[in-house]
Amino acid sequence: MTKDQCRKLVIDIIADIAPDEDLTAVKPEVRLRDQLQLDSMDFLDIVMELRKRHGIEVPESDYMQLASLDSCAEYLTPKFQAKAS
Amino acid sequence: MKDSHYDVAIIGAGMSGLAAGIRLAHFGRKVCIFERHNAPGGLNSFYSIAGRKFDVGLHAMTNYVPPGVRGTPLGKLLRQLRIDREEFALCPQKRSRIAFRDCDLKFTNDFAVLDGEVTARFPSQADGWRALVQLVRTFDDVSLEAKPVAAREVVGRHLTDPLLTDMIFCPLMYYGSAQERDMEFGQFVIMFKALYLEGFARPLDGVRVIIRTLLEKFRQAGGERRMKCGVARIIEREGRAAALQLDDGSEVTADHVISSIGYPETMRACEPPHAAEAEANTGALSFCETISVYRQAPATWGWGDDTIIFFNDSDRFDYAQARELVDPRSGVICFPNNFDYAGGELAEGFFRVTCLANPGKWCALAEPDYQAAKAHWLGEMQRSARRFLPAVDDGVLARNLVTTDMFTPRTVRKFTGHLNGAIYGAPRKVRDGRTHLSNLYLCGTDQGFLGIIGAMLSGISMANYHILQKSAT
Repeated sequence: MTKDQCRKLVIDIIADIAPDEDLTAVKPEVRLRDQLQLDSMDFLDIVMELRKRHGIEVPESDYMQLASLDSCAEYLTPKFQAKAS
Repeated sequence: MKDSHYDVAIIGAGMSGLAAGIRLAHFGRKVCIFERHNAPGGLNSFYSIAGRKFDVGLHAMTNYVPPGVRGTPLGKLLRQLRIDREEFALCPQKRSRIAFRDCDLKFTNDFAVLDGEVTARFPSQADGWRALVQLVRTFDDVSLEAKPVAAREVVGRHLTDPLLTDMIFCPLMYYGSAQERDMEFGQFVIMFKALYLEGFARPLDGVRVIIRTLLEKFRQAGGERRMKCGVARIIEREGRAAALQLDDGSEVTADHVISSIGYPETMRACEPPHAAEAEANTGALSFCETISVYRQAPATWGWGDDTIIFFNDSDRFDYAQARELVDPRSGVICFPNNFDYAGGELAEGFFRVTCLANPGKWCALAEPDYQAAKAHWLGEMQRSARRFLPAVDDGVLARNLVTTDMFTPRTVRKFTGHLNGAIYGAPRKVRDGRTHLSNLYLCGTDQGFLGIIGAMLSGISMANYHILQKSAT
């Protein structure tokens, strides 16, 4: 799992949760909340979909790590790698 | 006891129970919805007589916003349930009207129309009106911990003209208030947004389109549904709902129980029953509705393009239990033909009239008297409503008439189990959904998000708040 793949995977989840958002031009370094209309219910769904689809647990104290696509990749990629190994 | 334990048992397959079920099943919970009736939908259902389909409950879905408007209840609901907007096939209203004796206010799905009508007809109230709208727009109406405040009091700080005040309250009360004469301000805000800032829509084929979408999502997510299988008793042990006794006498258990059947109805189902709590918070407001089916659309003979008309002819609008069987002084007219179906149209004309009723009196009638009262009030309700429509010769209507039907509080009680046929449930809502039992929660009407979008959001919120969020952390 590369960071690029990880970003793609998070985008896939957002696309399913918020199909009414245009995700073609999401800037990876900018906070998701600042470029998309995502509320706390949507962020909770990202966390729950990560667990459902990939068995990845994100404790509440780490939710801020999911702020942007880059920070998601930074935080989640090692978790995916740990799972794969 | 094999196969009779669930992560979550949901009582009632109405809008809220189905929505809660979809969330929980989607995230892997073993869920079963228990419904006493043979049809899903609860207070917003449908039926057929002689091959003709009727909606019950839904005049119009509130909270409609056009595609692209985000951050409103409709958008939240679609996201949370992973429903594509197209699946609901919503068609917006044409226009609606609040019709009082000497004053009409038009409104549409564009708030500027109502805003303009209010400021033109009530110029002295314009500043107060703007301040009220601003307050509504910024009020946190979905807080689960909000303290109740009386809406009449808050609105009275901004609007001083009793006619305007009554006209603004009238549709909001008719479309959701379980309380007589006043509303809790949070509920006022929810309804104000739902009706005036957002708007009305309806699928061409009616409420069944929405119910079928929910059923299909629930099935796809792996949820189980047991119809004609009500929950007779919620058995308490050590502060928990330990087991559910079903109508057939069998028992199931669940880690969590969500009840959508109403607060007093849930309290009465508990074993031991909590009769005093139920008694102290039972709704008293119910309605009669008449439905007339015509060969042609009502606009054909000049009844116009109005979708919904909220009418009243008394000096002060009196939203309270009817003293007689029906209070025909005020009511709601619905013309389901008058939505913008984008080229499609209903095969027949429909004229629906809803008025406040007296549940005790309707339920006490012996069968022949009941049938006679229905026939009498069907005529009276329509006569009252027609005062607010362009005059049409009785002969024209009679020649066009195909059939009529009518529901009363007794019908509502029979098919939904709501005490008094109280469509909007208990006067005091339980916002956080908690009960005296640690694993029993309420959702739906008595949790207090209103309308069908509100009902679905209620199921979603309670599933998230009490079950999914707890295990996510």
